[in-house]
Amino acid sequence: MTVTTDLLLEATGVAKTYGAVVALRSASLAVRPGEVHALMGANGAGKSTLVKILTGAVRPDSGRIAIRGRESVAHSPAEARRNGIVSVYQEPALIPDLDIRDNLRLTETPVEPFRHWLGELGIGDLDLSRVARQVPLASLRIIDLARALAIEPDVLMLDEMTAALPANLTERVLEVIGRQRGGERSIIFISHRMIEIAAVCDRATVLREGATVGVVDIVPGAEERVVELMLGEIAKDTTDGAARVASGPRAADAKPRLAARELSHGTKLQDVSFDLYPGEVLGVVALEGQGQDELFDILAGSDRPSGGELLVDGAAVSFRHPADAIRAGLVYVPADRAEALLMQRSVRENIALPTSAQIGGWGPINLARERRVVDGAVQQLQIDARAAGEVRRLSGGNQQKVTIARWVAGGVRTMLCFDPTRGIDIRTKQQIYTLLRDLAEAGAAVLLYTSELKEIQLACDRAIVIFGGRVVAKIESADADEPALLRAAYNLRSDAQMPEEVAAEIVAAVVAEEAAATPEPAAAAATPAEPAAAEPPPPDRQP
Amino acid sequence: MSTAVGPIEDARGRPADALVQWARRNGWSVSLLGFFALLLVFTKLIQPNYGVAGIQGLAISVLPLALAAAAQAVVVISGGLDLSIGSMMALTSVVAAVLMKGQPEEFGIAVVIGVLLLGLVLGAINGSLVVVTRVPDIIVTLAMGFVWAGCALLVIKTPGGAATKWLKDLVLGSLGVEWIPKAAIALIIVVAIVWIPVRRSNLGLSIYAIGSNRLAAFRSGVPVGRTKIAAYVLTGLFSALAGLSLTASTGIGTPVPGPYTLLSVAAVVLGGVSLAGGRGGVFGPIVAVLILSLIRTDMTFLSLDTNLAIVVQGMILIGVVMVGSFIQLRRTRA
Repeated sequence: MTVTTDLLLEATGVAKTYGAVVALRSASLAVRPGEVHALMGANGAGKSTLVKILTGAVRPDSGRIAIRGRESVAHSPAEARRNGIVSVYQEPALIPDLDIRDNLRLTETPVEPFRHWLGELGIGDLDLSRVARQVPLASLRIIDLARALAIEPDVLMLDEMTAALPANLTERVLEVIGRQRGGERSIIFISHRMIEIAAVCDRATVLREGATVGVVDIVPGAEERVVELMLGEIAKDTTDGAARVASGPRAADAKPRLAARELSHGTKLQDVSFDLYPGEVLGVVALEGQGQDELFDILAGSDRPSGGELLVDGAAVSFRHPADAIRAGLVYVPADRAEALLMQRSVRENIALPTSAQIGGWGPINLARERRVVDGAVQQLQIDARAAGEVRRLSGGNQQKVTIARWVAGGVRTMLCFDPTRGIDIRTKQQIYTLLRDLAEAGAAVLLYTSELKEIQLACDRAIVIFGGRVVAKIESADADEPALLRAAYNLRSDAQMPEEVAAEIVAAVVAEEAAATPEPAAAAATPAEPAAAEPPPPDRQP
Repeated sequence: MSTAVGPIEDARGRPADALVQWARRNGWSVSLLGFFALLLVFTKLIQPNYGVAGIQGLAISVLPLALAAAAQAVVVISGGLDLSIGSMMALTSVVAAVLMKGQPEEFGIAVVIGVLLLGLVLGAINGSLVVVTRVPDIIVTLAMGFVWAGCALLVIKTPGGAATKWLKDLVLGSLGVEWIPKAAIALIIVVAIVWIPVRRSNLGLSIYAIGSNRLAAFRSGVPVGRTKIAAYVLTGLFSALAGLSLTASTGIGTPVPGPYTLLSVAAVVLGGVSLAGGRGGVFGPIVAVLILSLIRTDMTFLSLDTNLAIVVQGMILIGVVMVGSFIQLRRTRA
């Protein structure tokens, strides 16, 4: 950090308080030209606030922000853009009812560069006259990125850009980001996925409790240092938790709680059969859009299958409404909190709602019982209830806990979790894994779809892999390491257990390709550690 | 991120604590009440002989609109909007007046019950049409507003009919102390009897839930369509009560809808109910009605041109809501 004169972006002592809540105490960030800089921190550490300040959405209380040495505090996103800072947020920023071309006009984005970047990112065949609403979510994220790249900003901020992307598109995105290295421009990259950080980032600034606690050069092994900084004193707890191995052979005579038989739905879901036993957590692994959304909608009673059979405790069922599924003991936790919570209502009402609906009818609420149930759930999930009056004021992790708490409160038999840990911090993730294991041990059956492959070994007893609407593999937890799952998710033929090196090659190949594509050789020289860093450490090897 | 774990919304202490809790959660309604008190003082200042008669008149004139505001509040909380409230009031009012004319007192009880049932049916028709046809609420209720208004004219061409004496006695005059108008008591009792049980039931929770987030409510097992119909039924019931109060206070039935529909929307907005659904209650809109009405009275006292008075009323509405959202914004940022 000797170089201070030619910094592209420098923020020092940035502070922001919202009433009594200190969002940022003293954050600093220094970005050099041509680097990909990771901004890291557990949820609530102040990442989002810092990003909002840098992009002009929020004004800091104090602190200094300089771009190319010139002091400039942006007062609006438009002004930040003129200063050369553009951000791609977690949620798509396109107007749903306009077509893509009109959306481009709205932000004065040149079309030709945009098309070029779309091609680079793997969806070059996109029809620009399509209305944004009809474009799949993953493509919208790519469009957002292409739009930002087309403006050629000095600093491009990517906030959890890859969270909702399928693995193949993530690779393309990382590849494109990697290629930006060594030029004049910089990228600030925010992600919860350590592998991505290791693959594309040069340095990482770590925030904890509103302050910058360290800047780490991303070299092999740096992940541990980053996690250490991010978690502070609780690092020990979480690694202990991570070491917990899912196990538990089930009794031979156990009957499945939930059995799917040749379920199909339109073209998306072709033939899915599996058994889910009480006392187990069954993982579901799939690339984006392989039919898992339809499967969970059917199981949760939101949609009806076009073929096949669903058995609960051995009896065939047909759900016409989520209430039917809930009555049969099947409860659903979606990835998107906004699909599950009444954001303007209180924690109490949110937790009570499904419990009340479960009892059925419109009768009076038993207040004493409700209070007992709600308090119990709040305690069990360690929900930070300070802002209990309105759920939208809770942090993302706490909101997700509420979505789970509402079902746990009613006594859960079968829980269907669709990527419940998407976009939340490591600590809350750990609590959720522990909770799912505890539920299973108490006799519940849990079906867990996850986009993070390593969660399978952390939380599941076994996993099924869905590809093209069919179950293509069933893997026991012990064998379900990331390479094996990744290979199965791509439906690559594996007659036997795949050697680990082979799978590592697949991941390495992506990065190698990226290195080859880097235009300036100087860039590769500047980051000699890159090939080594690209090899993702299997998560189970972390201490 | 610390985890302060503890019981939430703790309102089980002494009644005074519960009251404080309630006031904190209904800050907007309490401020409105304060504003209303200030207005009363202001009224007394500009018109020193404003007293019992004024309060009586206020209570009587406010009653139908207050019930209409409650009607609108329920459906708006559920995420809808009912533009047929004024017409439903007209229809229920003339039906009551026509049936009561020349009939014995006891028959009036049957008429009241019948008219309330009619309100439930009107609301159920509105709600079912919204749910079954999937046409937006605003269009269905606008159209049904014409239908109900037409029906009212079919019942009786010109204002007429009569109200039973006991019904009039229910809202005219005062109870015991002359400062407590019967109309105010009737309003409080009626709203309490209908709304409090709803608020404390799963139905109430479901109504708030579908207004706050339809998808989340659906996923939580709430029967969205049925709940929506139930909200419209409640709106129909409140509209029928409003219609009855019109008959009671005027002694006749008028087949032409008054300005109640749009005023009820104004009251709901002023009363802190989110037009997007899911927030607010019926108490705020009722206080808002008091304020709107008293402002109009004050302007008469100030001998303002009545046309100008309406202009001022509109501007006050915008001003108050603006101040309200500003406070709300400050609070969420704080």
